Amino acid sequence: MKFIYQTWWKVIAVLLVFSSLITGLLLPVPILGNLGETIRNLYFHVPMWMGMLTVFVVSVFYSLRYLRDGKEEYDLAAVECVNTGIMFYVLGFLTGMLWAKFTWGEFWSGDPKQNSAAIAFLLYCAYLVLRNAIDEEQKRAKISAIYNIFAFPIMIVLIFVLPRMTDSLHPGSGGNPAFNSYDLDKNMRYSFYPAMLGWPFIALWIATIRYRLRLLENKKNAIS
Amino acid sequence: MKKYILLLLLTFTAVFAKADTSVDLDEALRRDGKIYVVVSIICIIFIGLAIYLFTIDRRLKKIEKEK
Repeated sequence: MKFIYQTWWKVIAVLLVFSSLITGLLLPVPILGNLGETIRNLYFHVPMWMGMLTVFVVSVFYSLRYLRDGKEEYDLAAVECVNTGIMFYVLGFLTGMLWAKFTWGEFWSGDPKQNSAAIAFLLYCAYLVLRNAIDEEQKRAKISAIYNIFAFPIMIVLIFVLPRMTDSLHPGSGGNPAFNSYDLDKNMRYSFYPAMLGWPFIALWIATIRYRLRLLENKKNAIS
Repeated sequence: MKKYILLLLLTFTAVFAKADTSVDLDEALRRDGKIYVVVSIICIIFIGLAIYLFTIDRRLKKIEKEK
């Protein structure tokens, strides 16, 4: 766990995102349909989901480790990862809704992608509620770890699989291509990849800060 | 006191007069529909947040060492 106390990867993450901010706004982009310049949102909206996904994966990893070893720290790491992930979830949601308003016409058009993302959001809210509902610490840790492990694949299916199997306005669904090989031209890669790499590490960084705080709080509570 | 205020005002006029003539940065920030202004502002916000995160990190480290 030494990794979370080191600085180098945080600096790299900041630099990656920083470069994506500049190139993402200045480099030319292809103007497609009614997207106009909003195609640049690809560098900011999508990485939010990437950040969310990363901390949720880490959370599942620590839930599994908790079930195996029963160390309390693993449980704390899992919760704080979910907390951070929910923050990025909300950011991804809001940016998506704003983008949708100006390209699909409505903030919320009941699109499959939006609906199932909302359901998956509730899934993770339920995780936090579940935790707060159980007083006994070990029981809470165990039950929420199991819940978390099951919630993750359901979230993946809801957000990334089901909407793609039906017609959706969101790119990547029902014959509506994502910004893939032919849309994502060379210039866009220069901004998109750094953003997709940088933001997840920013999310991880915030999660580690929350985890360390939680660790301190935990220690303090144990003493008193 | 009055003298100082006058001096201060005079320096301001000097700054404004200069701003009218030297327009290198000004011009650069006005190119392409002033997009560079937006880029600068977003960069400032992000750098600010990054520095903020780093200071939180440092403070945490200090507390962790105390324990």
